[in-house]
Amino acid sequence: MRLGSRVDVSLWLGAVLVAILLAAAAISFVWTPYPPAAIDIPHRLAPPSLAHWFGTDSLGRDVASELLAGSRISILVGVVAVGIGLVFGVALGLVAALSKGSVEDAIMKACDFVFAFPALLSAIMLTSTYGPGVVNAIVAIGVYNVPIIAKLTRATGNGVLGREYALAARAAGRGPVSIAFDHVLPNIAPALIVQATIQFAIAILAEAALSYLGLGAQPPQASWGRMLSEAQNVLFNAPMLAVYPGVAIALSVLGLNLLGDGLRDALDPKLKARA
Amino acid sequence: MLVYLLQRLAVLAATLLAASLSVFAVMNLLPGNAAETILGPTATPEAVAALSHKLGLDQPAAIRYVHWIGGALRGDFGLSYAYGSPIGPLIASSLSVSAPLATLAMALAAFIALAAGVYAADHRRRTGDAVVMAASQVGFAVPNFWLAILLVIVFAVTLRLVPAGGFPGWEQPMLALRALILPAVALGVVQAAILTRVSRSALLEALNEDFMRTARAKGVSRRAALWRHALPNALVPILTIMGLQFANLIAGAIVVENVFVLPGIGRLILQSISNRDTLVVEDCVMIIAIIVIGLNFVVDVACAAIDPRLRNPVA
Repeated sequence: MRLGSRVDVSLWLGAVLVAILLAAAAISFVWTPYPPAAIDIPHRLAPPSLAHWFGTDSLGRDVASELLAGSRISILVGVVAVGIGLVFGVALGLVAALSKGSVEDAIMKACDFVFAFPALLSAIMLTSTYGPGVVNAIVAIGVYNVPIIAKLTRATGNGVLGREYALAARAAGRGPVSIAFDHVLPNIAPALIVQATIQFAIAILAEAALSYLGLGAQPPQASWGRMLSEAQNVLFNAPMLAVYPGVAIALSVLGLNLLGDGLRDALDPKLKARA
Repeated sequence: MLVYLLQRLAVLAATLLAASLSVFAVMNLLPGNAAETILGPTATPEAVAALSHKLGLDQPAAIRYVHWIGGALRGDFGLSYAYGSPIGPLIASSLSVSAPLATLAMALAAFIALAAGVYAADHRRRTGDAVVMAASQVGFAVPNFWLAILLVIVFAVTLRLVPAGGFPGWEQPMLALRALILPAVALGVVQAAILTRVSRSALLEALNEDFMRTARAKGVSRRAALWRHALPNALVPILTIMGLQFANLIAGAIVVENVFVLPGIGRLILQSISNRDTLVVEDCVMIIAIIVIGLNFVVDVACAAIDPRLRNPVA
């Protein structure tokens, strides 16, 4: 009873936080208190007030508007980077699980190898050659997601391929592609959804770090990481400017992680029993 | 063990070769070239061609690769375009800050994670366990560079106990260590959040093993069995994740060094990017890859030394 309620708390708290993140992004497309990039030097570093809920930054931009608009870039990077990871990772993982032998070995070795290059390092390499920008950040984070999804797909896919219904399908003459789409994918989907949620959270953290370093979103694009970087220059005058974007990042990541944990426990009763 | 070591050494050499090829390919073979990056979008084709010739970029890729690796193996990492000085000493000087920072952070993370993990596993499904797990969940969600900024706000801006950043150099070891404490805490606490979960689940796994029941049946106390039997058996997964996490720790150090204005490899990379000093970035990324791959090799060998079953891949 106690365990069940803890799982529900994770799931619901996570779902609420993620819903707030998505709502913030959706609202920012139609309404923000002020244009997020509107500079207003006479009102720079204004404290929180009814006119500016979280005050203004060093260029007089409305912090609440920037926070709302900043959620867009986090979601964009998360969705595309996880999408890249899912498309290529699932394909590679399925090929590894279905082919076995040296192909499986080579794919898994390549996956281990990519782990030596965290998203940030890959983004640094891409940025130093092609200049900073969101696209490079997305590619770097997406590439790092591929081996994680590929390893999970192979491990869970191998489990499904050993089950009676998969063996029966093979005995009935079904080809590997048909088995992959009709039997493996539907059965490993829950595990993939949970991992995708966690990778989404990691992508938000990586995007924030890259934008903080000036390698991700470029002005005038609003980004939580870039807001933190700018806030650091006025830390002694307006320390709270460095608090709001950090809270936004942490709550988004916390929400996605809780949602992932809650989903895993809800979708896999065996794990729930062991928790 | 010797056969295992030789096999692992062969894999290490192959991995390093693949890493160097990847770094070289990303930085050199994709469209665009370093000369264009250095000179910027307004450069004339003649200026780009002249600089390409000076940097040797007009030579075939295979020759440039051999030249780069050959030089690095002899300790010659090339010349920095921006600083006009050899890159080797620049990297060595930055590593004298980054390596102690990463080591301090990892030591702190391991200490917190083992203590919290053992406590949570020992108090499974009780309040203490729930508090540790909730704290690790929050810790995992906090970006390390934001924690670093918060530490600066509290300890430098509000309490004025430490400077907000900078590094006095190793000529003053105590001051230098003091400058590394806050960055190490920012890096270590976030890593500890991840490692705590691994430690707890590895320990719970070990606690369910038959040898634990045997130890308890023979009269070993619960706590002694946990420390003497469960923990050593849980060390293999913990060490493996620590090795994998080290790459993320180094990546985190790049960002956190920036918060505290530490002259480490992260600062060197960022300055080189803004100076468009491509060769320095290439060398730094390669050095980081070597450190990460080398450390994972050490972890694998250490795990095989702890658990002989791992020496035979078939087992």
